[in-house]
Amino acid sequence: MEKRVTFSKWTIGILFAVPQLFLIFTFFYWPAGQAVYWSLTLQQPWGGGNIWVGLDNFRSILSNASYWDSIAASMIFAGISTGLAMVIALVLAALTDRQLAGSWLYRVVLIWPYGIAAPALALAFRFILAPEAGFMAVVNRAWPGFWDPGLDGADAMASIIIAFSWKYVGYNFIFFLAAFQAIPRSLIEAAAMDGSGVIRRFWDIQFPLITPTIFFLLVINITESFQDSFGIVDIMTAGGPANATNLMVYKIYSDGFKGLDYSGAAAQSIILMLLIIALTIVQFRFIERRVHYR
Amino acid sequence: MVERTPILNFFTHLILFAGFVFCVAPFAIVAIAASHNLKDVNDVPMSLLPGSDFWVNIKTAWTTADLGPKLLNSFIMAFGVAAGKVIISALTAFSIVYFRYPGRMLMFWLIFITLMLPLEVRIVPTYAVVANVLEPYQAIMDLTGLSWLIEKVSGVQVSLSLGLLNSYSGLILPLVATATGTFLYRQFFLTVPDELTEAARMDGAGALRFFVDILLPLSRNNMAALGTIMFLWAWNQYLWPLLITTDQSHAMAVTELKQLIPNVGGAPEWHIAMAGTLIVMLPPLIVVVLMQRWFVRGLIATEK
Repeated sequence: MEKRVTFSKWTIGILFAVPQLFLIFTFFYWPAGQAVYWSLTLQQPWGGGNIWVGLDNFRSILSNASYWDSIAASMIFAGISTGLAMVIALVLAALTDRQLAGSWLYRVVLIWPYGIAAPALALAFRFILAPEAGFMAVVNRAWPGFWDPGLDGADAMASIIIAFSWKYVGYNFIFFLAAFQAIPRSLIEAAAMDGSGVIRRFWDIQFPLITPTIFFLLVINITESFQDSFGIVDIMTAGGPANATNLMVYKIYSDGFKGLDYSGAAAQSIILMLLIIALTIVQFRFIERRVHYR
Repeated sequence: MVERTPILNFFTHLILFAGFVFCVAPFAIVAIAASHNLKDVNDVPMSLLPGSDFWVNIKTAWTTADLGPKLLNSFIMAFGVAAGKVIISALTAFSIVYFRYPGRMLMFWLIFITLMLPLEVRIVPTYAVVANVLEPYQAIMDLTGLSWLIEKVSGVQVSLSLGLLNSYSGLILPLVATATGTFLYRQFFLTVPDELTEAARMDGAGALRFFVDILLPLSRNNMAALGTIMFLWAWNQYLWPLLITTDQSHAMAVTELKQLIPNVGGAPEWHIAMAGTLIVMLPPLIVVVLMQRWFVRGLIATEK
């Protein structure tokens, strides 16, 4: 869509965009380019110069088993937490859309988790899921050694998945509810008159109509699970135990800033960038075909 | 509803109630744990009745993590990011929508791409840029031979340097440098009727005048929504402030939470940790509750 009426002095027009162009050049394009350059050189920490090494950084990262573990951990995390957050939110939104008495309450409350900073909810869940205090301690008394995210990698992974999904259930709920409410009532009423039941109506009418939202949220959730997880991992598990929760974004941080391996971290950043872009494209290609846009 | 479905209604209520508990329980547990003393908070199972030490714990958490100045820092940063986004995005969207100039679509795409790569994945080089924000410009001058020329002519060696680590600008500017807001405004500006622009032009209003007197007042809702979302987003930033604020005087409330994690081997002071968590999660929560209507509308409009 284009404007028919515009202002003729385009030289002035460009000036309006200058602040943003300046910012994105300095803090986006330059660093992004720098990341590509660093990933192809061996950068000495603290400005000791750099040597061109081509794809060596990528080779050494990709031949490192711990990097593949990190990719696997990220995939497991993204898959399970996105699945949980989407399904729970979809069910809650579909039921809230039925507008029974009291459904306003859910509409109000389910948005709250979105406002909570990932590290704050991580600390809350670290306590809630602590093995020696609170509720998991009760379980541990009944089955000693059942739950210990500090020692057991699977428990640690479960902890960060629970915290992340909790936050994104609220986020997804808002979008799902909005999508459900955008469906014309008359459509559903007409179907009901024709004698179709609630479940039939959901699958044949509502679900196809909200597929664009599902698609959109899927992309957002997966991308966010690669980025927004940082605070949760740092507070809850710090990548441990034994790297079981060393997700890709956390590994970039710990290799780059704790290990001072700038080149390795830059190469990992490039891989993560490509992964995020590829995921987005793949989802567009394969899922968009089944999506019904109105 | 369309028909009577008592059984389904019963299950709907049941599931929604479970969802309600699922959503509220963590908040409740944090608040209750924050009111216990050291012994009660570590009881197995912890009592779900509130204890009596709430204010004591809040005070201890407040002083232990030095939350007063940290909360102020968080406010300054979150407000700065929100204001920066609201202003700069409006200017850019105005430029893109209301002017025709060569390279306009290129610029559109340059800005659009910034949505794809979040700060987290280009964190290492962004850190380097903030350590010396003039580095890109120095490099350009070196590459184009400009610094060589200046040195020949004036004898002055050009070395531009401006460090922004441990500064509010260093915290704020990189977070402003993405295009989330630009697209919200663009969508909105495109819905503004052409007749309005025509009328303004006939009355002799220039571009700036039209922007300030007509377009901005019309976008009040969008500004409120965008401002809220960006405030929350910036308040909740963790990795970036963690990296660039090595100096305690610029640390954020959210990053200070880490100090409250009970040490292994130390006393499990979960009551203090939860009191701190409560303090830090409260301001954005209040914003969400107050701005709920704007916020939901804006969230759906930006699709972010």
